[in-house]
Amino acid sequence: MIALIALVIGVVFGAGLTLADMVNPQRIADFFDVFGTWDATLAFVMGGALMMAVPGFWWARRRSAPLFDDAFHLPHVTQLDRRLILGALIFGLGWGIGGFCPGPAIAALASGLIEPVVFTVSMVGGIFLARRLVLDRA
Amino acid sequence: MTANSLIMALMGGALIGLACVLLLLALGRIAGISSLMSGVLAGLMAFNFDSHLRWRLAFLIGLPLGALSVTALGWSEWSHIRMQVGLPLTIISGLLVGFGTALGTGCTSGHGICGMARFSLRSVVATMIFMAGAAVSVFILRHIIGGAG
Repeated sequence: MIALIALVIGVVFGAGLTLADMVNPQRIADFFDVFGTWDATLAFVMGGALMMAVPGFWWARRRSAPLFDDAFHLPHVTQLDRRLILGALIFGLGWGIGGFCPGPAIAALASGLIEPVVFTVSMVGGIFLARRLVLDRA
Repeated sequence: MTANSLIMALMGGALIGLACVLLLLALGRIAGISSLMSGVLAGLMAFNFDSHLRWRLAFLIGLPLGALSVTALGWSEWSHIRMQVGLPLTIISGLLVGFGTALGTGCTSGHGICGMARFSLRSVVATMIFMAGAAVSVFILRHIIGGAG
């Protein structure tokens, strides 16, 4: 039941990514290419998402618990630390190279193209390395 | 970039935001794709096929299914997609994205949408930094090196 709900929500998420053309690395690279072929698409996608999520999150969190669980599972860390800053920087540098971030890469597996497959496998490798070398050692 | 593509971007973004709200409302969880992947990987490595692994995996499987439903309806197609780099740089890019999002506990969805939507300072800072990092990479690739590798 929980898995089925998650699947349906994942379908909505993936449909949104595809409709917004976030599965196209050129869109991403063009957004960051302020000195070249700039394209505002990513800003409109984030804007559209936040227009839903800001009031939606406020509304959902007025409940004492979610519909199918006993409690909300929200991050409780609040301080800015070196890992957050370094991690975000490494992620950003990688995002700019390939034009894929995690969600669109997985959605683009449906394209049958080789790059999303290679990217996703490499990304899993990167997560594995971070867990092995840093996170699981703490 | 046309008026039509920007309307599609707003609508697509609204669907992404809706999915984030639904996951929080239904399961009380943050729709952060990198964290879901990290959770699936941890579960698989521990041979722990419990409900935590199953719902995360189900969500991730939903992403390409959602993409397929949009292309099946004729609202988008794959032929216009343009890769920016060849396979060697795709591998490097994937390794950096995986490592960085695991270290920084989030990506565009977790920090950029869900975290920003709940006004998390960590997420606002992370989003500004990864946006800046992406701009640096694009600038180097397109204007310093001057071609896709």
